[in-house]
Amino acid sequence: MKTPSSAAAPSLWPDPGFTHIPYELYDDPEIYARERERIFMGPTWNYLALECEIPNPGDYKATTVGDVPVVVVRAKDGSVNAFENRCAHRGALLCLERFGNARAFTCVYHAWSYDQAGKLVGVAFEKGVKGAGGMPPSFKRGDHNLRTLKTATKAGLVFGTFDHAAPSLDDYLGPEIGGRLERVLGKPVKVLGYNTQVLRNNWKLYAENVKDPYHASILHLFFTTFKVNRLTQKGGILVDGSGAHHVSYSMIDGNSAEAEYRDAKLRSDSDEFGLKEPSLLDGRDEFGDGITLQILSVFPSLVLQQIRNSLVVRQIVPKGPDRSEVIWTHYGFDDDDGDLTDLRLRQANMVGPAGYISMEDGAVGAFVQRALPGTRGERSIVMMGGDGVESQASRATETSIRGFWKAYRSLMGL
Amino acid sequence: MAIWGNVDSNVPAVTALLADYAACIDADALEQWPDFFTTECHYKITTAYNHAKGLPVGLIYAHNRAMLEDRVVALRKANIYEAQRYRHVVSGARITGGTGDLVEAETSFLVVRTMHDGAQDLFASGRYLDRIDTSGNRPLFAEKIVVLDSDKIDTLLAIPL
Ligand code: FES
Ligand SMILES: [Fe+2]
Repeated sequence: MKTPSSAAAPSLWPDPGFTHIPYELYDDPEIYARERERIFMGPTWNYLALECEIPNPGDYKATTVGDVPVVVVRAKDGSVNAFENRCAHRGALLCLERFGNARAFTCVYHAWSYDQAGKLVGVAFEKGVKGAGGMPPSFKRGDHNLRTLKTATKAGLVFGTFDHAAPSLDDYLGPEIGGRLERVLGKPVKVLGYNTQVLRNNWKLYAENVKDPYHASILHLFFTTFKVNRLTQKGGILVDGSGAHHVSYSMIDGNSAEAEYRDAKLRSDSDEFGLKEPSLLDGRDEFGDGITLQILSVFPSLVLQQIRNSLVVRQIVPKGPDRSEVIWTHYGFDDDDGDLTDLRLRQANMVGPAGYISMEDGAVGAFVQRALPGTRGERSIVMMGGDGVESQASRATETSIRGFWKAYRSLMGL
Repeated sequence: MAIWGNVDSNVPAVTALLADYAACIDADALEQWPDFFTTECHYKITTAYNHAKGLPVGLIYAHNRAMLEDRVVALRKANIYEAQRYRHVVSGARITGGTGDLVEAETSFLVVRTMHDGAQDLFASGRYLDRIDTSGNRPLFAEKIVVLDSDKIDTLLAIPL
């Protein structure tokens, strides 16, 4: 596998800073390979699972970090292990099911088997058959354990990193982002359902879209079309010091969120362009802080979404330079009452591949991807709100996109 | 009612209803799409995985006909997506149960999506799990659960299935 030498880097990205982004980054196979190595297998923390997906010893989930297949397993002592989902013998996938329960992991190809920590514990015919064949004396099982990830859990989320020297998860997130993450995961979680959106674009175009509040009221016309006016809202963008993670949020200013929900419903109700079924807009201020929208990203691939009472974990999965997927995991809490579950199911209409205020996000990345031919040497412009990566009160800003590129540049050595 | 080998007297009416339903969507007559449902209908698009595991969230989820009407207005006036058409191929209906005026039926479908530039893909395959109210002068869906065989949606799902 070729990776660009660092000597080639200056010609790829000559501009300093994070306001001009080379289009080459969105379709170059060498960049893609370098991202796998330096970002996804580098010192980043990647979302692996919800703890509630693997509650019991032996429960496992097969997932990926970037596009690298990994398995995450609940061990006997309740801790969580993760290792590459690739047999050490000749590289076959070890776990073929998305979820399961296993005492040990046995490869279907030649039956090498591994324990719940990824340690090689069995090699079929290791001593040969009737004294012939078998592994040579130089073969040591202990040299062939699966490559493990360091794992950490926070508020019911399991993260992993291939870099055992990476900073702790809490240091990686920082207190502000960590606190906002805990805000929407403060209680035992249950999954309400999954789906996967296939994007015909590079994974970074989706990552940028998530961090882009500039487009929200321009591309997504649902609220304006249905005259769902909001009361004076405040909000803003928080970017952590490294630039890597962000939170954008809006909240009710000086009124209760319940009142806004009622008001939105009333206005929609009374208007000829209103919704015929305004209960779509019902909502509950379930976190008690008036925040009706919070989009949080953890670099490189996790998005946590609260849109009113619709709560979703989104995992961005690269699938090649010009393809990616977003895995949507809708969740609620164990103690949700029936009404709250109904709210979440109704409001799920707003998000996902068929979402009233999100379906466009599945297409805009592809609009950029399809227009890439002819862009060698060209750069996109990310100058809204200046050239910094600091937190801002305005949402007419691209500060968190610049933050993404700041973290990206430093990890990629570009 | 037998699950296999039945020749139920409702088969022709249900098959005709499903043919009309598919033709309505494929002809882009979306304004008429809600008319195939009762006022208190349930409509959901879900995946085989969620359905099998009892996970309730839908890609589209409506608990009455008004929500279907809202979706059509949104598609026409609010949502932005490239011009595209569906072609449904619907199997014959299997009657799987029912009581009184309510008939339960299961039907398979394939949907090919054609984009404005001519690009074609098999967009979806799955089952319709229908509860059909036959009490009026025209049969209507009291419940329609669209169970997609795959978890994956290519780009976006705008037009209903
Ligand atoms: S590849 Fe797994 S045992 Fe041979
Ligand atoms: Fe968006």
